Amino acid sequence: MKVLVAVKRVIDANVKVRVKADGTGVETQNVKMSMNPFCEIATEEAVRLKEAGKATEIVAVSLGNAQCAETIRTALAMGADRGIHVQTDVELQPLAVAKLLKAVVDKEQPGLVILGKQAIDDDANQTGQMLSALLGWPQATYASKLVINDNGTANVTREVDGGLETVEVKTPFVMTTDLRLNEPRYASLPNIMKAKKKPIDALTPEQLGVDPAPRLKTLKVTEPPKRQAGIKVGSVAELVDKLKNEAKVI
Amino acid sequence: MPFDFQPSDEQRMLVETTRAFIEKELYPLERQIDKLGHVPPEIGKELKEKAKAVGLYAANMPEEVGGGGLDVMSQMLFERELGKVNWALQKFVGRPSYILMACKGEQIEKYLLPTVRGDKSEVFALTEPGAGSDAMSITTRAEQDGDDYILNGGKHFITGVGEPDFAIVFTVTGMDETKRGPRKRITAFLVDRGTPGFTIRRGPRCVSYRAYDNWELFFDNVRLNKRQILGEEGKGFAVASEWLLGGRVFIAANCCGKAERAMELALDWAATRKQFGQTIGKFQGVSFKLADMKTEIAAADALTAYVCWKLQNGTMTDGDAGMAKLFATEMLGRVTDQAIQIFGGMGLMEELPLEMMWRDARVERIWEGTSEIQRHIISREMLRAKEQ
Repeated sequence: MKVLVAVKRVIDANVKVRVKADGTGVETQNVKMSMNPFCEIATEEAVRLKEAGKATEIVAVSLGNAQCAETIRTALAMGADRGIHVQTDVELQPLAVAKLLKAVVDKEQPGLVILGKQAIDDDANQTGQMLSALLGWPQATYASKLVINDNGTANVTREVDGGLETVEVKTPFVMTTDLRLNEPRYASLPNIMKAKKKPIDALTPEQLGVDPAPRLKTLKVTEPPKRQAGIKVGSVAELVDKLKNEAKVI
Repeated sequence: MPFDFQPSDEQRMLVETTRAFIEKELYPLERQIDKLGHVPPEIGKELKEKAKAVGLYAANMPEEVGGGGLDVMSQMLFERELGKVNWALQKFVGRPSYILMACKGEQIEKYLLPTVRGDKSEVFALTEPGAGSDAMSITTRAEQDGDDYILNGGKHFITGVGEPDFAIVFTVTGMDETKRGPRKRITAFLVDRGTPGFTIRRGPRCVSYRAYDNWELFFDNVRLNKRQILGEEGKGFAVASEWLLGGRVFIAANCCGKAERAMELALDWAATRKQFGQTIGKFQGVSFKLADMKTEIAAADALTAYVCWKLQNGTMTDGDAGMAKLFATEMLGRVTDQAIQIFGGMGLMEELPLEMMWRDARVERIWEGTSEIQRHIISREMLRAKEQ
């Protein structure tokens, strides 16, 4: 089974994100970028499937500007076999990403597409679901465990309030990863060196017949409001009074 | 090699992997082993296995002997990341002494390959109580006896992790008459632990890198065969300078990483600690220190990169390596000191890694050639160029 993994380049999780002065977005100039952590989990899961003999080939796909090739290279160093880079400088929104991924899936015909449940930049949590709808494939989201069965099905578990929920899906299907699915490895030095020789195909949205133009317009991006200083109360009676009459929560 | 400050994809990923490795595997052990004064063997073994699993073990050695085959610029970036954690721990991400590449014949199977695999560990034994900066004054001697040599003397400050399996020992094997007077013939031997008459003893406790073992080696009529000579008889320093070129410049890279870590700690503190109603970074007395730190680190990084680039292109001189080592180690001393000043009293507490980094930084200006020896090497090279 071929596995397709979508990997997104985002601002590194350890960077303090700053809103641009003109309120049109966040600063990405001279900011450390990394692979979205949920995409790392997706890549790791694909590599584990291959190590377990369940996957035959792993294709890592990233969409976006020229630097996205770095993110693909990271996936290749983790163990993906080849990469596809859909190059565009257009701002990509979840629907456009899902359409582009669908076009790639149509070409590649994988048995499984793994995506992060969301990217830590815009936290949209839409792409996997949209892709599944466009493909007409089953979806298994927020995966915390994946078991591929021999009869063309898979059991995918997710954490829900108070327990676990397991669904059975038929392959091919779309899966999105949650935090506890696995702990991604760091690329080993031999694999980093090997990644250099693995191919990355470059495509454009035009070649895939997709118009990636944004459908949503961002009106304004602002910083969250600064937290106000608290107050000290002198007695329990005063606290109760304030909760009742000022905060009106009791 | 073209002039380029942009790391390749491979170099970027090497840095990411190394950083992840030290943050996940090594930082958590730092304080514990510093207090203990050594790395417990079982922890050491585990670290070695983990380093091997990610292919970082012996990354400095050529691929044809089983190493990682990093080029000089990649090694510089690798050392810079490893430098962020103390030597006692980073040493387990093994970088076998490059001088072992001088191994010939059966020495390759017996010493070089097992060391690259991590099955054996070596120490580099030159320094003696009576021979520090003046390496030529060593007195450990090996006297020829047929095909054998009889070794007598002792070494100290011999650093390594765990008790070494063998030592690369520099000895005097005779005297040459030269125009400038008599000159010692220096020969390097590979000496196995367990050879009769060879004793290894733990050295005194050191204020820097408390958990980094320093050994004292004693040789009492140790019988060695001439097959144990590394390189050629009388060519000990030649073999050392042929293979150990990079040592000093990688110390510089290591120190740049350490300084960056100290600066990051101080920067976080300056940005969050409040006194007199504002973050202390708003006070010029603190902010200018940060500016100086960043500038000095950038300067040391640039110099180190320049010298590494020369090393990679085969044009590095001893003076070049000396400049990088001198500047980066002295810079580290200033940066760790100023970082503590920004923290105030907290900087000296064992809650934070800074006091440890400050102590550790002190030895960097001493080992691998003191700052004074580096200045001597740099100026000698300058003046020789003017000699009539």
